[in-house]
Amino acid sequence: MHITDSDKRSFREGFRDGIPIGLGYFAVAFALGVAARSVGLNPLQGFIASITCLASAGQYAGFTVIGTGAPYIEIAVITLVANARYLLMSTALSQKIDPERGMKHRLGVAWFVTDEIFAIEMRQKGALNPFYTYGAGAFAAPMWAAGTAIGIMAGNLMPVRIVSALSVALFGMFLAVIIPPAREDKIILGLVSISFGASYLFARLPHLREISSGTRIIILTVLLAGIAAFLFPHPQEDAS
Amino acid sequence: MERSINLYILIMFAVSYAIRALPLTLIRGRIRSPFLQSFLYYVPYVTLAVMTFPAIIESTQTPLSGLLALAAGIAAAWFGASLFQVASLCCVVVLVSEFILL
Repeated sequence: MHITDSDKRSFREGFRDGIPIGLGYFAVAFALGVAARSVGLNPLQGFIASITCLASAGQYAGFTVIGTGAPYIEIAVITLVANARYLLMSTALSQKIDPERGMKHRLGVAWFVTDEIFAIEMRQKGALNPFYTYGAGAFAAPMWAAGTAIGIMAGNLMPVRIVSALSVALFGMFLAVIIPPAREDKIILGLVSISFGASYLFARLPHLREISSGTRIIILTVLLAGIAAFLFPHPQEDAS
Repeated sequence: MERSINLYILIMFAVSYAIRALPLTLIRGRIRSPFLQSFLYYVPYVTLAVMTFPAIIESTQTPLSGLLALAAGIAAAWFGASLFQVASLCCVVVLVSEFILL
């Protein structure tokens, strides 16, 4: 594989952007580790589950199934439902990834489709260099796995104040991705505001609040992005 | 029947990876439909906004500290702070406000 200077630069840039993600992951993964411990995973199993699955809600749901000793098909279904939003993100990335890159890089980028890494990928100007993704994943994924393993080993030792503070790091990153374009574009500003409001209503209203957060994300994304695309078409300029 | 934790983990991995790899590998060309292009353009903004709120006020010890972090994060991002600065500011706001509130 030929690695250019621009690939190296992208890797370094991704690594730098992956640092806040990794720190946030560590805190969340620690809490996930506490849950994994309670259903009988040892630290190595926790580490492997986290480095391969890289999914907070998906893994949490999966661990819950392990705890009940349910049939294997059940963990497959719950993982599918909890992670279904990654289908949308992967579809968006299929258009964002540098079209010159081959299948190998598509498979590589797929490994790191998480809410946070997706967020910083979409913030990149122009086509996505896969090495940007690898840079971000090189720090963030081990932190996620280490956090899980240490959570399993240490249980509830980390001060609640620190966990509480670190847990908002990921949300801060999301804001850094969506707010600057919202300032430039009134349609995005409106869309973000409506998304906040709709999400709040879904989380609070009777019946609607029974919907899991993963499903809520999918329903609102398809609905609101669909309406926005219908009312305010935003066709991309054709590269070819 | 005693089920194997390792097999559970393997299934979780297979399903999570398939979901992520299928669209990226199957959709090789440009999507031509203007509607789908526009839809995919708007997807990240809705998804990230929905994931942020109200989760940010539910993840902290008190909803108020989460709300303050949200306001601070929006203001900082609006005025051009970097990803790392916005994330750090949100953490500091929660830490400080919970010291005062709790």
